Amino acid sequence: MGNFDLLIHGFGIAITPMHLMLMVVGVLLGLVVGVLPGLGAPNGVSLLIPLTFTLDPTSAIILLSSMYWGALFGGSTTSILFNIPGEPSSVATTFDGYPMARAGQSTRALTLAFMSAGIGALLGVIVITLLAGWASNFALRFGAPEYFAVYFLAFAAFIGMGSAAPVKTVVSLATGLLLASVGMDNVTGEVRLTFGFSDLLGGISFLVVVIGLFGIGELLATVQEGLSFRGVSSRIDLRDVLRTIAELPRYWATSVRSGLVGIWMGITPGGPTAASFMSYGIARQSSRKGKPFGTGRPEGIIAPETADHSAGTCAMLPMLALGVPSSATAAVMMGGLMIWGLTPGPMLFATKPDFVWGLIASMYISNVVGVILVLLTVPMFAALLRIPFAIIGPMIVAICFVGGYTVSSASFDLWLVLVFGLVGYLFTRLDYPLAPLVLSMVLGHKAENAFHQSMILSDGSLSVFFSNPLVGSIMTLALALLILPKLLHLGGRLRRRQPVE
Amino acid sequence: MTLRNIGTVAALALLTALPAAAEWAPERPLEFVVASGAGGGTDNFARTIQSILTKDKIIDRPMVVLNKGGGSGAEAFLYAKQNAGDPHKVIFGTNNVYLLPHIAKLAYKAEDLQPVAALAMDEFLIWVKADAPYQTAGDLIEAAKAEPGKLPFGGSQSKDTDETLVALIEQTTGADFKYVPFNGGGEVGVQLAGGHVVANVNNPNENLGQWQAGAVRPLCVFAPQRMAESEPIHDGKGWHDIPTCKEQGLEIESYQMPRTVWVPAGVPEEAVAFYRDALKQVTDSQEWKDYLGKTSQTGAFLTGEELQTFIANSEAKTVEVFKAEGWSGE
Repeated sequence: MGNFDLLIHGFGIAITPMHLMLMVVGVLLGLVVGVLPGLGAPNGVSLLIPLTFTLDPTSAIILLSSMYWGALFGGSTTSILFNIPGEPSSVATTFDGYPMARAGQSTRALTLAFMSAGIGALLGVIVITLLAGWASNFALRFGAPEYFAVYFLAFAAFIGMGSAAPVKTVVSLATGLLLASVGMDNVTGEVRLTFGFSDLLGGISFLVVVIGLFGIGELLATVQEGLSFRGVSSRIDLRDVLRTIAELPRYWATSVRSGLVGIWMGITPGGPTAASFMSYGIARQSSRKGKPFGTGRPEGIIAPETADHSAGTCAMLPMLALGVPSSATAAVMMGGLMIWGLTPGPMLFATKPDFVWGLIASMYISNVVGVILVLLTVPMFAALLRIPFAIIGPMIVAICFVGGYTVSSASFDLWLVLVFGLVGYLFTRLDYPLAPLVLSMVLGHKAENAFHQSMILSDGSLSVFFSNPLVGSIMTLALALLILPKLLHLGGRLRRRQPVE
Repeated sequence: MTLRNIGTVAALALLTALPAAAEWAPERPLEFVVASGAGGGTDNFARTIQSILTKDKIIDRPMVVLNKGGGSGAEAFLYAKQNAGDPHKVIFGTNNVYLLPHIAKLAYKAEDLQPVAALAMDEFLIWVKADAPYQTAGDLIEAAKAEPGKLPFGGSQSKDTDETLVALIEQTTGADFKYVPFNGGGEVGVQLAGGHVVANVNNPNENLGQWQAGAVRPLCVFAPQRMAESEPIHDGKGWHDIPTCKEQGLEIESYQMPRTVWVPAGVPEEAVAFYRDALKQVTDSQEWKDYLGKTSQTGAFLTGEELQTFIANSEAKTVEVFKAEGWSGE
């Protein structure tokens, strides 16, 4: 049977009243955990796993994966409305989504986000359908140097576009790297930078930092500006939704490019968070005209959302085919898989076609279900902005602290939320960009591990990063992204200067 | 129990020297603290037990699984220390409980936890890539001797069970490998299948999928006798067909990782007995047998004296390896 026949077979399994109901329940539950910062998809899915023991594995994975999609949708909602990313992967959505909502176009921003998310997911599933056999072989070629090259590429894509003062970007990036190195180092087994605090042993949770930086930091800034909530209420109109959908085709290039970035980062274990940052960086670099990014550009929402969802979807492929989860949520689902008695690996596709293809077919359906459900609830979410600050402000504080606590049920994290709230406030006031800090916190540890492993393998020689065509081309691409924009910029300035001299 | 008041219950938890009640039963929801991240081997172990305890109604209280995998699991053990005497916290780990304090300066000692039971032994095998030239453990060791310090040997984490075993192989045979630590067994399995490392010492479950697909091949198992019979996995061979490493002339009689359950120090004996009985019932269930079969672990129910002796032996043997490698903190 070809992949297509298997897919049709899968649809036969996925489309039953029971499974459709599970999808709706999953997406709705996911929306709830996605909207609450801190209580993200990984926590949500792990809370749900014990309830799946009574279901058969196919129904269970449909429920869990639908919850994942729902959480991805929900995560962008708070990013856009409150500048608090509900999920790590929706951090990049805040950059343009929030300004757009503030400019009174919250419905437009949300619709753009949800529609691009749906498109991203569909692109991802189509790729999974086509590549189910091939991708697992490709991912096998990734050793430590290749992993490092991918992370380096993500850094480079982001730094290359740098709009802030270079020194400030470096300070922010380095702060993130420093924070990422707290805790136990996997490669040496040494405990670093904990200063004897046992609470720091597990490292500083990236989510806690993000909640502080964005949630509390933003709130402090709002208070300073005179206690009025910075979101402007908008007229809720179904026509707004439809008008936004109609403008989507105009951005097809951004969608396709971001989808490809997401697929790449989902299959190679870069993960959705890295994908959304990278895609945002690339979109920003390739745009020439129009108002600058960060002020509510539609592409600034489309790029991260499409990449986020296509990466999230594609992350299922290495998880199933190799047992390598490229996102935290996929890791939790893999734990579930093992409890249900399924061994992830190349043989899963051969031995359990009902499970694998049932899941893949369900991904098509549940993402459509997801888009419809969120679009129906857009007015509800957008209406949140009409609530006066005196009510919504304290609620956000409560959500931030509850969210910070749920990450690992540690009261120490509450202090971190507060401290990073102040840091976020200072950074914003002093024009230090927050995004490089977040990116290096997410990828810093992985990049460091991969680098360290590469150095052990090569006995300390950097040539390992150019030792085969695969790693060599990723590194070259990364260096190009890092240096070329600056060179072009410099070249442009020199040319302009010449007539004067 | 007649005490229903929450305040009294909390006070009761602190009073460890209460007049010996014959029966102890949990009065609050239980916290299952797992010394690994979600999805890891220890996590599956804890969640399987949680599901059996719930399904078979062995414990009638809600059980919440908490993952505290920071610092190779030290986070969970520190949590146990902070909650000394609280009988509603159950900690799930491996041998890391008593081995970690030897290699890293941590704010807890093995004595801050008391063992309840070991429920299973996870085996270790030497795996190579399917198309590698090595047919026995001897071949691999000869190859390593021919090129000292060149052959990359993958394992999960640093100075943890995998690196300890590789060090033990080196100390026993005089071969010299280049140990490369990765984040977990699954990742090491893929690195081996992709040919980025030459061998690994994964647990059966971590490499099962790759073996089924014929990407990797087991050489030998570090157990006193061969593993239990199983369905054929690849090429007509099952777990029982894998020779022991001793059969192949590698003089390491046994190297196993216990899956253990602990409570904080200071928990009254009645509570320990309660958990011991509950876990005994778990090991008798069909679901537990399925779990052992699916993950290819060896069932072993050790408690009391027997468990203490096992821990003492395992600790002494491993610390010897640590000392020879210069890892121990002292």
